[in-house]
Amino acid sequence: MMKILVAVKRVIDYNVQIRVKSDGSGVETENVKMSMNPPDENAVEEALRIKESGKAEEVIVLSIGNEKSQETIRTGLAMGADKGIFVKANDNCEPLSIAKIMKKIIEKEKPQIVLMGKQAIDDDCNQTGQMLSALVEWPQATFASKLEIKDSTLFVTREIDEGLEKIEINLPAVITCDLRLNEPRYASLPNIMKAKKKPIETLSAEDLEIDTSPRIKLIKVEEPSKRKKGIMVNNVSELVQKLKHEAKVI
Amino acid sequence: MSVLVIAEHNNTEIKSSTLSTITAASQIKKEVDVLVMGYKCEILAKEISNYENIRKVIYIDNKIYENPVAENITLAILNISSNYSYILAPANTFGKNFMPRVAAKSDVSQISDVIKIEKEDTFIRPIYAGNALATVQSIENKKIITIRPTSFEPVIKEGGKGEIEEINFEESSKLVNFINREESKSERPELGTARIVISGGRGLQSAENFKMINEIADKLNAAIGASRAAVDAGYVSNDYQVGQTGKVVVPELYIAIGISGAIQHLAGMKESKIIVAINKDEEAPIFNVADYGLQADLFEALPELSLELDKLNTINK
Ligand SMILES: Cc1cc2nc3c(=O)[nH]c(=O)nc-3n(C[C@H](O)[C@H](O)[C@H](O)COP(=O)(O)OP(=O)(O)OC[C@H]3O[C@@H](n4cnc5c(N)ncnc54)[C@H](O)[C@@H]3O)c2cc1C
Repeated sequence: MMKILVAVKRVIDYNVQIRVKSDGSGVETENVKMSMNPPDENAVEEALRIKESGKAEEVIVLSIGNEKSQETIRTGLAMGADKGIFVKANDNCEPLSIAKIMKKIIEKEKPQIVLMGKQAIDDDCNQTGQMLSALVEWPQATFASKLEIKDSTLFVTREIDEGLEKIEINLPAVITCDLRLNEPRYASLPNIMKAKKKPIETLSAEDLEIDTSPRIKLIKVEEPSKRKKGIMVNNVSELVQKLKHEAKVI
Repeated sequence: MSVLVIAEHNNTEIKSSTLSTITAASQIKKEVDVLVMGYKCEILAKEISNYENIRKVIYIDNKIYENPVAENITLAILNISSNYSYILAPANTFGKNFMPRVAAKSDVSQISDVIKIEKEDTFIRPIYAGNALATVQSIENKKIITIRPTSFEPVIKEGGKGEIEEINFEESSKLVNFINREESKSERPELGTARIVISGGRGLQSAENFKMINEIADKLNAAIGASRAAVDAGYVSNDYQVGQTGKVVVPELYIAIGISGAIQHLAGMKESKIIVAINKDEEAPIFNVADYGLQADLFEALPELSLELDKLNTINK
């Protein structure tokens, strides 16, 4: 029976209006609400559905980062995952380092499916799944909005700029999830209580012998220039006149 | 130091993203090489060789690239990548799909979604849905970069005299098969490059009502976009989505109808030159970025807008 590994990242909650630090060194994360990266929730949900359909027996949630990443693992466990793996590493590891750490975990746990979000909403890189797939030489299916498993074949519908693409890939495979893949469940109170007793194995990047030193130097972070405040018009006819004669765009 | 651009095309047409990526590449080094992987599309390789600043077009013709999967695109790039210190592709679902593979196989950290080239090793890219801009410097010998197409002008399509080098390559993965692609067909301008975009949100309430947007779009010769909520609700298909997890558009005029203006939506349109918002809620955050806001019920405003545009069109005639 299959094992599924799901990678989850702790990020600033998507509802938070972020603040750039005044010294330009990054974005304020102190006293800011943090949550599981949204498409990672879809990844957890999909893994649980595969398990519930009887096609897998274990769902493992993995998170890599500082100590607090364990909270994100607990969220996955409360949704229904069976066990957690926490790999301690410096904050802001580059996707390549994360993919290398994940490769080590795959060698250890031997899952048949790896599910993860298609992008993290903090650095917006959209890289890790593809990198992992290349490193382990398993096929990839990115931006998945529908999955169907038939024996050891996976049929995936992918969201692309032109519309939808269907591909068929052999397992084991790496899948990156779009928000439209499913509707993630909420953790119920009893499940949150149960999750507290589920095991989380702790490792570190050093234990796994992965060098996570950055190859890209962050020079500075700044706020984008603000748009000039516009005006309210009173009716449609005024709007059209303004667009025609003031903005000259129609 | 040589620069390679991976061309996006569909075997009959070169995508505008390729033109912008070439421009970005030529800001790093004036002479640019382009890799065209395709099936029976030598004519596209020829066309690109005439673009300004092109030194060479490498053309690989094989059925594998009729509907290529990321694995196979990666193999073809890796076959020639040792000749290049920069590899660039557009930061859209085409480039995002294979560039990180190329990076991982080259043991290089990728720089995603670059909007400005500061220096040959320093780049600006948006993070947090464009709510912050990061200036980053790569300290590696090889640089693997995806380019946000809307941040760079298209390259001039003439003046170049690139040579065309056809090479054979047919390594492919046995673990992946392309099945099919469902593309929305439309006579309207392409969303990514249209001069005017009109987008609808959840306020439209149904796929049927969303057709009111089509009518205005036709009168303005505009492309149509949508919020994620409108796509999720099935009013239109996913390729219409504008935002952090959809498309980025920078038209001269963006009209948001019944869209609240969540940061994830703003990420895809707030660089537009003129923004118009029609929303019945005066508190809607979309009004904070709108040049012209109209607080109104869209079901009254859209028919009026349609009439006003008719009037304009008759005057113009
Ligand atoms: C990780 C992540 C990524 C996301 N990516 C994207 C993305 O790429 N693109 C995107 O758009 N969203 C994205 N979202 C979703 C985003 O957060 C919002 O939920 C979404 O943009 C809301 O769409 P909306 O404005 O159409 O709907 P709503 O927020 O529900 O707004 C509807 C608006 O219509 C107005 N309205 C209703 N009826 C009328 C009427 N009769 N006349 C006039 N106005 C009316 C209302 O006042 C309201 O302002 C993402 C979310 C997450 C978590």
